[in-house]
Amino acid sequence: MAVTSKELATDALRQMWQIRLFEEAVEDLYGRGMMHGTMHLSIGEEAVPVGALRHFREGDALTSTHRGHGHCIAGGADLGRMMAELLAKDNGYCRGRGGSMHIADVATGNLGANGIVGGGVPIAAGAALSQKMRGTDNVTICFHGDGSVGEGAWHEALTLASMWDLPVVFLCENNQYGMSMPASKAFKVEHISEKATAYGIPGETVDGNDLEAVAEVVGRAVERARRGEGPTLVEALTYRWRGHSKSDKNLYRTKAEIAEWRDRDPIARYAHDLLEDEVLTQEELDAIQAAARQDIRDAVVFGTKGAEPTVEEMLAGVYAPTPEEVQA
Amino acid sequence: MSRTMTYAEAVREAMALAMTRDERVFLMGEDVGIYGGAFGVENDLYERFGTDRVRDTTISELGIVGMGVGAALMGMRPIVEIQFSDFTAQAMDQIVNQAAKLHFMVGGQANVPLVIRAPGGSGTGAAAQHSQSLEAWFAHVPGLKVVMPSDATDAASLLLAALNDPNPVIVLEHKLLYKQSFEVPDEFPVARLGEGRKVTEGTDLTIVATSIEVQRSVEAAKILAERGISVEVIDPRTIRPLDTALILESVEKTGRVLLVQEAAKFGGYMAEVSATITESEVFGALQAPVKRLCGLDVPIPYNPNLERAAVPQVEDIVEAAASLVEAW
Ligand SMILES: Cc1ncc(C[n+]2csc(CCOP(=O)(O)OP(=O)(O)O)c2C)c(N)n1
Ligand SMILES: [Mg+2]
Repeated sequence: MAVTSKELATDALRQMWQIRLFEEAVEDLYGRGMMHGTMHLSIGEEAVPVGALRHFREGDALTSTHRGHGHCIAGGADLGRMMAELLAKDNGYCRGRGGSMHIADVATGNLGANGIVGGGVPIAAGAALSQKMRGTDNVTICFHGDGSVGEGAWHEALTLASMWDLPVVFLCENNQYGMSMPASKAFKVEHISEKATAYGIPGETVDGNDLEAVAEVVGRAVERARRGEGPTLVEALTYRWRGHSKSDKNLYRTKAEIAEWRDRDPIARYAHDLLEDEVLTQEELDAIQAAARQDIRDAVVFGTKGAEPTVEEMLAGVYAPTPEEVQA
Repeated sequence: MSRTMTYAEAVREAMALAMTRDERVFLMGEDVGIYGGAFGVENDLYERFGTDRVRDTTISELGIVGMGVGAALMGMRPIVEIQFSDFTAQAMDQIVNQAAKLHFMVGGQANVPLVIRAPGGSGTGAAAQHSQSLEAWFAHVPGLKVVMPSDATDAASLLLAALNDPNPVIVLEHKLLYKQSFEVPDEFPVARLGEGRKVTEGTDLTIVATSIEVQRSVEAAKILAERGISVEVIDPRTIRPLDTALILESVEKTGRVLLVQEAAKFGGYMAEVSATITESEVFGALQAPVKRLCGLDVPIPYNPNLERAAVPQVEDIVEAAASLVEAW
């Protein structure tokens, strides 16, 4: 593992634990009937957003997906407001209107999760267009799944972003499946990153369960974008431990395969490396995990204490108010 | 003789029947193979008919529908499944600009016997991008036929009818109906597209309702009967072409009409039904203004109470029907 500072390592590990424990809490609340709808858990994929967003700065933007809790947390969102949203409360990020698939934290540059596969990819390119037209050196990180590479929107966005050298990092979280479709069957190339060639941009595949490797590869792509040299396609290889969503019976993969990937747990691996390299002690590792556990407990308490949203305010929330309406 | 079957099972049986009878019939869609369909509609179909005829696709709605158009042009009878009707938005070019118009544009040289199945409707907590009722989009386009089965028999019968039709037919199923059980005949009759159904007989008020609102209207009619109000519920089943005669005959008899749809009101399908009634010769028989009861003009919210409030429920129908009869 590349040498890393104690501070960076502590933050990264705590965020990964927050993601893992947030997802477990959501799963538990759902199982107990306290949460409804559907949700897509990112357990096993925590190193990708945490590594990728190490380079995130003020003014940068990100777009996320239906499996977006990790992107949101790594982007620095408030855990309580996230949990409140999943609990459909008025103090949630979307005032209970959006739920898991639509959490956004626009103030920190998180333009939102998306219920539409591929829906965020052109939006990311557009955000990058704005960053470029306004003369900033900001970048946009576009999280998307391997499945979204099947959508026309993905290809159109890469076409435009490469033509205009836009400051965007297309970060493909290849967790091996788009619902039940194996990436290995869907794509005739060995690595999705090879598709970058068709757009004349760099493409790179990285071990998505190796946090420091993700941080390094995405870091290069971000620097290139900030220099005005255009987009990069980064493919992070990872795996979703849980089913696609609540309806998944896991018929399309084997228990052995799941077990094999669980052995490559990105959190255990990072903790192990930090201990080995004497960046953190076992006591410190335990304290980080315990702190994250408390963060999630607090988030659940905050969320459950939220008020119910009202129909009246929902009706008033469809259109943004015009300047005249704001004055009135 | 009759038996019990869920709506999803009826759709599956109709597809199996069609594939058994006609080797040109095949199915294409996301996760329709080993996953068994996102809502379990396909289940073991791929084992029974093989992966050649039950084809798992990548997440590529435009491609899926477009390939359906091409295969239909060349003599096949494709059924394509769009996992949620919301994602027909991705495929709109192929539906609206290609499938709908080809027969006409080429002067009748070619037909597009394509069936597009897609579940719509709210009630599952899946929020704004997975819960819409978009029938008005399709019904507005000359060249498309649109059906909305409200029970298991119709789910099968209308699908079989769609497969017999030389035109593109959009079959809008309802996610909340999939798991519901219904009495069904031993053998599914093939429906006639354009033929509606009188679900209950009545004399004071006609309710025209579609999809899940049919059973809610029937429930409401029972409650209204206890209050001395006799309701005739009509299910058009095919919304384009519309069984105008059936509706007008009923309205002429009752003199009052309530139009119930789950979709948002503004520009919705029931505006068309309303205009059809008021432009007709039965206008003079109306004893009350035509009334619509529709979804609120909002995207479908995540919060379960808001979601429920956003579309007509049984009690809303009772109230609207009673006020119509009592005020006029
Ligand atoms: C346009 C569209 N098509 C289909 C779906 C249904 N769907 C939701 S997630 C998903 C799989 C996405 O796979 P991938 O992009 O690899 O992300 P992952 O779930 O693996 O994180 C599918 C088919 C959707 N939400 N939007
Ligand atoms: Mg995937």
